[in-house]
Amino acid sequence: MQGICRVLRGTAATLAFVSVAGLAQAEEITYVSGAVGNAVQDFKTIVAPWEKETGNKVTLVPMPASTSDQFGQYRLWLAAGNADIDLYQTDVIWAPQLADQFVDLTEAAKDLVPQHFPSIIESQTVDGKLVALPIFTDAPALFYRKDLLEKYGMDVPKTWEELTETAKKIQDGERAAGNKDMWGYVWQGNAYEGLTCDALEWVKSFGGGQIVEPDGTISINNPKAVAALELAKTWPGNISPEGVLAYQEEESRGVWQTGNAVFMRNWPYAYTLGNGDDSAVKGKFDVTTLPTGGDNKTSAATLGGWNVAVSKYSKHKDAAISLALYLAGPEAQKTRALIASNLPTIVSLYDDADIKAKQPFMPAWKNVFLQAVPRPSAPTKGKYNEVSSKFWSAVHNTLSGDGSAADNLEILEADLEDLKGSGW
Amino acid sequence: MLFALVCVAAWPLFRTIYFSFTDTSLTNLYGGKWVGFDNYLSFRQLSSGRILWRGTLVDPAWWNAVWNTVRFSMVSVAFETVLGLMVALVLNAQFVGRGIVRAAILIPWAIPTIVSARLWGWMLNDQFGIINDILLNLGIIDHKIAWTANVDTAMFAVLIVDIWKTTPFMALLCLAGLQMIPRDIYEAARVDGVHPVKVFFKVTLPLVRPALMVAVIFRALDALRIFDLVYVLTPNSKATKTMSIISRENLIDFDKFAYGSAQSTLLFAIIAIFVSLYIWIGKVNLSGEGER
Repeated sequence: MQGICRVLRGTAATLAFVSVAGLAQAEEITYVSGAVGNAVQDFKTIVAPWEKETGNKVTLVPMPASTSDQFGQYRLWLAAGNADIDLYQTDVIWAPQLADQFVDLTEAAKDLVPQHFPSIIESQTVDGKLVALPIFTDAPALFYRKDLLEKYGMDVPKTWEELTETAKKIQDGERAAGNKDMWGYVWQGNAYEGLTCDALEWVKSFGGGQIVEPDGTISINNPKAVAALELAKTWPGNISPEGVLAYQEEESRGVWQTGNAVFMRNWPYAYTLGNGDDSAVKGKFDVTTLPTGGDNKTSAATLGGWNVAVSKYSKHKDAAISLALYLAGPEAQKTRALIASNLPTIVSLYDDADIKAKQPFMPAWKNVFLQAVPRPSAPTKGKYNEVSSKFWSAVHNTLSGDGSAADNLEILEADLEDLKGSGW
Repeated sequence: MLFALVCVAAWPLFRTIYFSFTDTSLTNLYGGKWVGFDNYLSFRQLSSGRILWRGTLVDPAWWNAVWNTVRFSMVSVAFETVLGLMVALVLNAQFVGRGIVRAAILIPWAIPTIVSARLWGWMLNDQFGIINDILLNLGIIDHKIAWTANVDTAMFAVLIVDIWKTTPFMALLCLAGLQMIPRDIYEAARVDGVHPVKVFFKVTLPLVRPALMVAVIFRALDALRIFDLVYVLTPNSKATKTMSIISRENLIDFDKFAYGSAQSTLLFAIIAIFVSLYIWIGKVNLSGEGER
């Protein structure tokens, strides 16, 4: 009897040891991220070396492409203290709104941080707390069809006015030649965060400020912003399909990649996909900075970018932090740049020979990146989503013919003043 | 049973109503302070003597959403009732393969709303959508229409999809009512040589009315709190935003949890009032006993 007991106790101890060791060695981590393009497959490739090294497993939970939709879901999970998700891929604008729910990464990332662009690190720092680590940065550019511009003997447009003209001319020419589905310019006109990005670019490149200035002043109601929106208003149904007012990134890429658009405004991820074997525009296009407008000399590209944050409620914090550091580190960023054409946030990678060879457009993107304009998420703090929603609604109304740009921006200014109250 | 009801229905309801009187935010669910009716209606006198009104009850976005919801509910339920009754009448007749047709007609109802919304989203797509293609080829339209993007057609698109989806459910409820009608009444009408149209209005309709009234209330309840279809199918434009959508927006996107709770509470109140009125005016019998 004693013998049996001893054997049992021994077995139990062994079992306990095995399971503890097992837990310590191989943890199952969940990572949640929006999915555009090939995001799911790409992620597997990127994390494979980390999984191999640590023995941990990462499961990617794919979310809808719309960042507004992702945000709602994340906020619910975080408010409920959900422990199922260990890491969140977060948009550059979310840091101030979700800061309380994430682990401070300052200490863990102190060696890695100096390798990144300081401005990006700064955007993820809230009250001295490093909320998330950047894994790639984003700035949209103008995609244009080299072959079509050549065919019609036209230059790459430098201003929005030129773009409107060029797009119209080529569109009409192509349609007359039998391609009835041809459009001049596709972009993101759905009433969501993406429209805020598009419209901020128009306004800023016309010299109309950036909605709410860094010091908190509401600047959107000005003649230059009105002029920008009035020009954009002429596009839907003219050089852009009417449906552009319901397009997000993927819908515009759909039209572009089937060869039915002369110009497209989109993020870098569309570059690799556009050069894929199944793409009708493979090798026929190039990218440049977005145009300027209204005699203003500098163009603007809305600063995007994604980061990785560790949930405060995670049960695998150490492994999660290790993964976050890996994803924000040079190895993962390089892979990501090579396979998904995402722009690295690590400065030295822009001089990397492999990246230069595989993604020749990336050095060119440095110019785009230099003119990047941040959305006013820092000055407006927790109210940013509402500011953005009010802005995109005003723009969407203008574009769909509900009120003039001047009227809508005047109302928007009043609404924002109400929202601001005594301070952001 | 009562305990379960309290847990799943009464508690969340009371909590929402409670939240609507506080300044709770989603990041700080337990730290809200009592603010009274401020989320519904409050005013502030400026130094100039002007009075500023605040709160949901003076929020134009809210009233726009109420109007959208009511308009949507009226039109969709009206169409679904008429079409559902028509389908039920057909299914009630004896013909070969009736079982298969009955099952087949339920398919739209069986597809989850989110899936059918996506499905229709693609079909209504302005560039590659099949609907535009068909209409173009038939010569009904001369250029591709952006159904879900255009402010004028967005509500129409939502209505079409909802009617497509829910008519089978209406048909099923109507069919159940029709099958309760004793066959010999029709036998007698046929012997007397009464015109079928007259039979429908004098016999079928009055007898199927109780079932129809219940079906309508089921659908109206659903329609008044519609969310998924609108959220997925149309961009959040002013033309289609409903009460549920706007309160979700405040609850989650804008971190105005209390304000969103106030809107949810109003939504609940509007539905409760509507249903009470309907039952009272329509003398609907929900007890399950036969009409006296």
